[in-house]
Amino acid sequence: MKLFEYKAKELMRRYGIPVPEGFVVSSPDQIDHLPGPVMVKAQVLIGGRGKAGGIKPADSVEEARKVASAILGMDIRGYTTKEVLVEKRIAVDKEIYLGVTVDRSRKSVLIMASAAGGVDIESVPEDKVLMAHLDPLIGYQPYIGRRVAKAVGLAGPQAAQMESICHRLCELVTKEDAELAEINPLVVTEDGEVIAGDGKVTIDSDALFRHKEYQELKEDLTPLEEKAKKLDIAFVQLDGNIGVIANGAGLTMATLDSLNMFDGKAGVFLDLGGTDDPEKVKQAMLLMEEADPKVILVNIFGGITKCDTVAAGLLEAMDEKSVEVPIIARIKGVNEEHARDMLKNAGIIPASGLSEAAELAAKESLR
Amino acid sequence: MAVIVDEDTRLVVQGITGYQGTYHSKAMMEFGTNVVAGVTPGKGGQEVHGVPVFDTVEEAVERTGANASCVFVPAPFTKGAVLEAIDAGVGTVVTVTEHVPIHDAVHFVAVAKAKGVVLIGPNCPGLASPGLAKIGILPNKIFKKGDVGVVSRSGTLTYEIVNAMTEDGLGQSTCVGIGGDRVPGMGFVDALKLFQEDDETKRIVLVGEIGGTAEEEAAEFITENITKPVVAYVAGRTAPPGKRMGHAGAIIARGRGTAESKIKALEAAGVKFAPLPADVPGLVRA
Repeated sequence: MKLFEYKAKELMRRYGIPVPEGFVVSSPDQIDHLPGPVMVKAQVLIGGRGKAGGIKPADSVEEARKVASAILGMDIRGYTTKEVLVEKRIAVDKEIYLGVTVDRSRKSVLIMASAAGGVDIESVPEDKVLMAHLDPLIGYQPYIGRRVAKAVGLAGPQAAQMESICHRLCELVTKEDAELAEINPLVVTEDGEVIAGDGKVTIDSDALFRHKEYQELKEDLTPLEEKAKKLDIAFVQLDGNIGVIANGAGLTMATLDSLNMFDGKAGVFLDLGGTDDPEKVKQAMLLMEEADPKVILVNIFGGITKCDTVAAGLLEAMDEKSVEVPIIARIKGVNEEHARDMLKNAGIIPASGLSEAAELAAKESLR
Repeated sequence: MAVIVDEDTRLVVQGITGYQGTYHSKAMMEFGTNVVAGVTPGKGGQEVHGVPVFDTVEEAVERTGANASCVFVPAPFTKGAVLEAIDAGVGTVVTVTEHVPIHDAVHFVAVAKAKGVVLIGPNCPGLASPGLAKIGILPNKIFKKGDVGVVSRSGTLTYEIVNAMTEDGLGQSTCVGIGGDRVPGMGFVDALKLFQEDDETKRIVLVGEIGGTAEEEAAEFITENITKPVVAYVAGRTAPPGKRMGHAGAIIARGRGTAESKIKALEAAGVKFAPLPADVPGLVRA
């Protein structure tokens, strides 16, 4: 779950990382004082705000209101700006990149730092980025922060500030269950202060059970995505016209690959995961109906999810709402014979293999 | 012989009194696994399918000689359960639970490695040596004893491919589902190493998917260390970048983890690539 810049900075401030003074508003008239000259910054969960005109300076309350009203409601690469952060302007001397994430292949927390901050870190040559892994059994230690400070060319009191910021950012990542915390740019001001110019934090959604405060935050989801999330069904919108219901990410992707082989294109897929509840299957089917595909392909390999459970859910959904589009079902695994009997007279086109099912669905979709 | 799980496996099931724990303990016993104990805190003294339940793993190990564990406890308690099993001296831990927080996994994966414990998962279907034993939730009926070692990052897709092989008459020595989590215990390389050393395994099937760089690392290892023939399928060739395809690991992010890069690396390592799951048996025979 991605946090807005102002939320990320609130968190950083709580962990003792210096951030500019500021406040967030959703309407221009909420601005009644300024901490000095400010920047007004669109709060959207996408990069490239500055280029899109979503970040503007202001020197008076009146000017800040004017700028805020121009930015609020602005569409930035598909995201509507609902809030702006009004933040004290900082005099930049140097811009540094600092990010902490989890490195999947090394299975550890990774600090990335570069003296070339303020730009997309992916565009910085690898030899200009320091990668410092934290051994999970050792954790963060001050020598790691000193290494980072040296690598980005800081010395004296600024190196000490950098070490402290590294320490606190690593602490934030582990205590808040973040997958990523990034400060880009981390600014060295003309006065020699080291302060977060921007802030990006992504919280691990699997850890929300121990972080109540994030559970209440709303994500930017479409109505169908919202419904799917409530049902604990993975819902992915693609650009074809075949609706795919499958169980497990690997099998779902194999289904899409198979469709593609026969020139079929998936429009939306629902991954049921492991379920033994016909109601969940029924809800998935009704959700799929709402997504309005030209044909529906159900591909289940039952393990935890039993085949007759899936069949029962499909039948219940079809009882509740007549589905107009052709349904192709390929259901294998635990209790498949029973499932096949149940679906015999339901007007569903049966298929035995994955390739056969994909070919049938692709044909129907191209009709 | 088979790898990791065999007739010497003495299994303790953590979370045995829950719905999944109870159901799959029975299925494991039917497959031939020697399930010697269960653990659920506060339910010591009960029995599930004739298997004694203990309050702690330590007690289960002391009383029954358990040497492997299967973890079915909910995600918030998984870290504690895995560490308890490691601390009790269990040599193999299979963690079925999904949605385990990533920092919990980083921690217990590192502890398992330091203690020399074989950890499979989290978010994995487990592993099966047909004719001997299985640990986890893989369906019993799809397997057949044979000489193909299977290692896979996926759950249901593993069943799909194993089933296709079995229907074609190709049996398996051991099938290891390492799971699709971001930070897994056992990886492709660990499993490949075991298959290379195992006399009963003559050929290897590797099932990968988009996201991460595990397949590329496997390809590198195969080039240098594997002399047995390898067939691979990688799911998600048609998945668009930036979309999380169902579970956490399966995402092409920042241009990394694409199917193309994985297929290229595997083919360069001399691996035969199957365009679709159904093509796997034919290539294994070839």
